[in-house]
Amino acid sequence: MQLNARVPSGPLEKKWDKHRFEMKLVNPANKRKFDIIVVGSGLAGASASATLGELGYNVECFCFQDSARRAHSIAAQGGINASKNYQNDGDSTFRLFYDTIKGGDFRSREANVYRLAEISSNIIDQCVAQGVPFAREYGGLLANRSFGGAQVSRTFYARGQTGQQLLLGAYQALQRQIAAGKVAMYPFTEMLDMIVVDGRARGIVVRNLATGELRSHVGDAVVLATGGYSNIFYLSTNAKGCNVTATWRAHKRGAAFANPCFTQIHPTCIPQSGEYQSKLTLMSESLRNDGRIWVPKQVGDPRKARDIPEAERDYYLERLYPSFGNLTPRDVASRRAKEAVDEGRGVGEAENGVFLDFRDAVTRLGREVVAERYGNLFDMYRQITGESPYEVPMRIYPAPHYTMGGLWVDYNLMSTLPGLFVVGEANFSDHGANRLGASALMQGLADGYFVLPYTIGDYLAGADLSAVDVSHAECRKVEEESEQRLKRLLGVNGSRTVDSLHRELGSMMWDNCGMSRNETSLRETLSRIPELRDEFWKDMRVTGRGRDLNQTLEKAGRVADFLEFAELMCIDALQRDESCGAHFREEHQTDEGEARRNDEQYAYVAAWEFTGVWSEPKLHKENLVFENVELAQRSYK
Amino acid sequence: MKLTLHVWRQQNAGAKGGFETYEARDIGPDMSFLEMLDVVNEGLIKEGKEPIAFEHDCREGICGSCGMVINGNPHGPKKAISSCQLHMRTFADGDKIWIEPWRAKAFPVRKDLVVDRSALDRIIQAGGFISVRTGSAPDANAIPIPKENADSAFDAATCIGCGACVAACPNASAMLFTAAKVAHLGALPQGQPERYERVRNMVAQMDAEGFGYCTNHGACQTACPKEISIDFIAQLNRDMMRAFFTSR
Amino acid sequence: MKRILALYRSSVGKKALMAATGLLLFGFIVSHMLGNLKVFQGPEKFSAYAEFLRTVGYPLFARGQLLWLARIGLIVAVIVHVVAAVELTMMARDARPTSYGRPVHLEDTYASRTMRWGGVILAGFVIYHVLHFTFGTVHPNFEPGDPYGNVIAGFQSVIVAISYIVVMGVLGLHLYHGIWSALQTLGITSSELDRPIRTAAGTIAVVIFLGFIAVPVAVWSGVLR
Repeated sequence: MQLNARVPSGPLEKKWDKHRFEMKLVNPANKRKFDIIVVGSGLAGASASATLGELGYNVECFCFQDSARRAHSIAAQGGINASKNYQNDGDSTFRLFYDTIKGGDFRSREANVYRLAEISSNIIDQCVAQGVPFAREYGGLLANRSFGGAQVSRTFYARGQTGQQLLLGAYQALQRQIAAGKVAMYPFTEMLDMIVVDGRARGIVVRNLATGELRSHVGDAVVLATGGYSNIFYLSTNAKGCNVTATWRAHKRGAAFANPCFTQIHPTCIPQSGEYQSKLTLMSESLRNDGRIWVPKQVGDPRKARDIPEAERDYYLERLYPSFGNLTPRDVASRRAKEAVDEGRGVGEAENGVFLDFRDAVTRLGREVVAERYGNLFDMYRQITGESPYEVPMRIYPAPHYTMGGLWVDYNLMSTLPGLFVVGEANFSDHGANRLGASALMQGLADGYFVLPYTIGDYLAGADLSAVDVSHAECRKVEEESEQRLKRLLGVNGSRTVDSLHRELGSMMWDNCGMSRNETSLRETLSRIPELRDEFWKDMRVTGRGRDLNQTLEKAGRVADFLEFAELMCIDALQRDESCGAHFREEHQTDEGEARRNDEQYAYVAAWEFTGVWSEPKLHKENLVFENVELAQRSYK
Repeated sequence: MKLTLHVWRQQNAGAKGGFETYEARDIGPDMSFLEMLDVVNEGLIKEGKEPIAFEHDCREGICGSCGMVINGNPHGPKKAISSCQLHMRTFADGDKIWIEPWRAKAFPVRKDLVVDRSALDRIIQAGGFISVRTGSAPDANAIPIPKENADSAFDAATCIGCGACVAACPNASAMLFTAAKVAHLGALPQGQPERYERVRNMVAQMDAEGFGYCTNHGACQTACPKEISIDFIAQLNRDMMRAFFTSR
Repeated sequence: MKRILALYRSSVGKKALMAATGLLLFGFIVSHMLGNLKVFQGPEKFSAYAEFLRTVGYPLFARGQLLWLARIGLIVAVIVHVVAAVELTMMARDARPTSYGRPVHLEDTYASRTMRWGGVILAGFVIYHVLHFTFGTVHPNFEPGDPYGNVIAGFQSVIVAISYIVVMGVLGLHLYHGIWSALQTLGITSSELDRPIRTAAGTIAVVIFLGFIAVPVAVWSGVLR
C-alpha cells in the first residue's frame, strides 16, 4: 500500500485552482455513460448525489433510513462556518484555515483545510439559493454568531436546527434529480460489503431492509458518505443507526483507515440516567455562552445545588482558564468535567454530571432574555429530565459526538482503494485531532457539492475501466459471503441480546479509549476485545428470519463490525504516544494537566492497512508538512 | 412501574395484523417511551420471540423516523414532541397503553409499527425544491429577505416528515405536510419562479398517492411535533387558486 | 372551462368548489331567513313578498323567470356541493382502509365531526321542505297562492314544527364549521383572523338558527295564527 496524498504543488492559495485546471474533464456527452454509486444520504451523500446527477452522471444512492431526509446530519444544531466576513470583523479564508488547523491541533493536511476554507463561502451561497431559511437580521441580510470559541462571527445558523435545514436543502436537490431520472434512490437499504474488481472499487452488496433480499449494484466508482462511528461507545449523541459497517467493510477490502483514535467528545450533553438509556442528548454548545459550569468543592456533597453557598462552589473552568472561562474548547472542557466527576464531585443522583448554572444569567439578563436565547433547549432538557433549568442548574456531562478519524483519502478524496471515494465524516481529512464547532456541516457540503464532483471526473476520465455487471463472478462471491455471514449471525442462537453485548463493548471503550487513554488500560482492552468478540459469536441471539424486516439482525451485523473495529481504535490510540486534540494520553500532559503534543515524532497521519481480523494491522505514515502555519502549543489560559 | 401494552403486530404488508398484549416491568420514570419498548424487546428476544419492530433513529425528535399512535394520540398524549421524546413519567403505574402504527392507505404497514412513508418523498419529488444548479448561486446576501419572511419560511420548514399529520387526520390527508413545503419555499424570493407550478404538481402527487382531503379539522396541527400551523394550509389553498386562475 | 375541470380534479379544487357553493348557499339561506321573517308583518306583506319573488326583474324577465333562474342556480350549487362532498368522502374512506383500535380524536368539534351526516340530513330536509311548502305534495291542506295560510297550517303539527327546529340546529352546526372552513379552504384566513372568524361564524350560526325557528315557535305558541 502506497500513500500518495496528491497534493498539488504551488502556493497554498493557488493549489485548488491549479488542480481544477489540471484535472481531466469528462465530455458532457460521455457523463451519462458513467454509473456512480453513493452510499449515504446525509449532507455529503445527498449533496454529492444531487450534484453528480445534475452533471449528467447516472447515480444510485443508498441509505438505510426509510427516507434520505432522515440521515443523522439532520441533528446538527449549532451552525455552519464560512469565511464570508459579512460581519466585517476581520475574517478571511486564511483565518478560517488557520483556526481549523490550530483547532485540529496540527494533525490535518494544510492543502485540504485551505480548500475547505476557500469553498466555505460558496456553500452559503448555494444553500441560500436552495431556500435554506438561515437566520436574518431586520435589514434582511444574513445573521452570524460566534461559535465554539472562535473570535470572529462566522457561523451561519437556522435557530437550533441548522443541520436539519441544510440537509433538507440537499435532500430537496436530490429529490429533484430523482424526479429527473438522474438519481435512483434506494432508501431502507443497507450496504453490507464492497465489490472490488481488478483492484478497483466497482460496486456494493446491499440488503433491502424491508424484504431482507441481497443484491449487488455495480458502477464505475463508489462513494462512501456513511458518517462516523461514535456508536462504538454504545452511548453517544449519534442516531441509533449510525455505524462503522460501510467504512469497515471497505477497509477490509483494501482502503486504509486513518487516525481511528481521534474521536470527539462533546462537553454539554445530558448525563446518563439509567442502565437502559439508549442514547445521549446533546445540548447545544451555545449554552456555555451564558451558563456557568461548577461542581461542589466538597467531595460527595449531599446538598441540593441551591443550598450550596457561593464559597463552596468550584467554578473550575473559570478558575483554571481565566481568559476563556466556560468557553474553553470542547476537549479541554470535557476532560475537566471528567476529572471533577472522577474526584467524586459529580452531581445528580448518579453523581455523573457537572452543573451548568443559569442562575446568574437569569439575574443579569432576566428570564425573558434567557428564554429567548435558550428556550427551546430548556424545554428539551425539561422534557428529558423533568427538571426546569430556570429553577435548578442543568446537569451536563461529555458524550461521544463526532469522529475525526475515517478512511484515508488523498487530495481528490479517493481512498487507497482506487475508485473508492469517501466524503463527509466518513473520511479523515480536514479536522485533524479535533474538530471545531460548526465545521462538520461545512466539510460535508464542501466535499459533496464542490470537491467530489470535480475530482471524480478526473478519475473516471483517466481510468480504463472494464465492463462489469452484476453477474460478474466477484459480485456472486461477495454476495455469497454476505449471505453466509447473515446465516452465521442467525445461527448463533445463544442467550445474550445484541444490545447487551454492545453496551459491554461501549462501556469498555468509553472507560479505556474515551476521553483519556493510557498504555496499561489500552493494552488490557486489547486483550479483552477478542474475548468479547468470541462471546458475541458464541452466545448472542438473533431472532426471526433473514428474508424479512429484521431489526435485530441489522443491529447484530453492525455490532459485529464494531467488535472488529474496536481493536483498530485501541491499537491506533496506543501507537500515538502523544496527546493531541481529542486524543489525550495520560502519560503526556503538562504539569497543569494540558495535552502535550510531540511534533517531532507524531506529526503524521496514521493510516492502517487491514491484514486480517486476528492479525496486527500494518501502519503507514503520511507525514504532515506545515509550510504556512507555525506549530504552536494551544493555550486557552 | 408496571404497564400493560396492547401492541399492533403484523408480519408484513399483506398479512392480517392484530393486537397482542405484553407486560412491561421495571420501567423507570426517566426512561423514554422507546427505551421502554427496548426493554420489552430484550425480554422478547430472550424468550426467542420476535421483538416489536418500530422505527427510530436520532431519538432526539428531529429525524422523523419514529412514530406510533399511543392511546389514540399520534406521538402520544403530550404536545409538540415526537414519540422518542415522550418519557414514562407521563404514565402511571398500572396504565394500559395501546400502541398502533400510522394508519393510511398511502402508508402501508411494513411490519408491526413500521410503515412505508415513501409517498411523502414522492410529494417532494413532484416539486418541493428550488431548481438551482450547484455553483450557479449568486452571493448569499445579494437578495435581502425581510426577517419576517425568513422566519415564516423557517416555521414551515421545521417539518420533520414524520407523518403524524396524516395519522391524526380523520381523512388521512397529507395537506399539512404538503402545505408546509409549499409555504416554506413560497415565502422566499428564490421560490417565486416555480411557485404556482410547484403547488399544482405537489397537490396532484398528494392526490395520486391516495391520501384523503382536508376538512379543516386541525387535528394535524395538534399532532404535529413541530407545531406547524394550519395557516400554511390556507396559504397552499390560496396559491392553488392563483395557480389555476393566473396565466403562469 | 378546462381550468375549472382541472381544478375540480384535484382534491384542493373540489374542496374550493364546495366552499364556493357553500358560501353561495349560505347567502341564499340568509335571504330566505329574512324573507321568512316577513311573516310577522301579516298575511298581506308576506304574500306581497312571495309575489315580489315572482315579479322581480319585470319587464326584463317575464313573471317567474328570474325566480326559476335563481332556482336553477341553486340546484346546480347544491348538486356541485353534494357531489363534491360525496366524492371527497369516498376518497377519505379509501385513504384509511384500516381504522384505529383506539379512536383518534384530536381537535375536532362536534360541528366538524357531524359535517357529513349533517349534510345528509340537510339534503333530505330540503327535499321534504320543497314538497312541503313549494309543491305542497306532503302538506295536508295546501292552498296554492296562500303562502301565509300554508305556513300557519303547516306548523300546526307538533312533529313537523319540532323536526323543523331540530333540523335548523343541524343547519346551525353545519354553518358554524362550514363558514370558517370555507374561508380556510379559499385561503382567506390567517392566524390573526382565525379567532374573529370563528366567533363570527358561531354568531351567524346562532342568529340563523333563531331566525328560522322563530316562525314555527311563533305559530306553535299562538303568536302567529
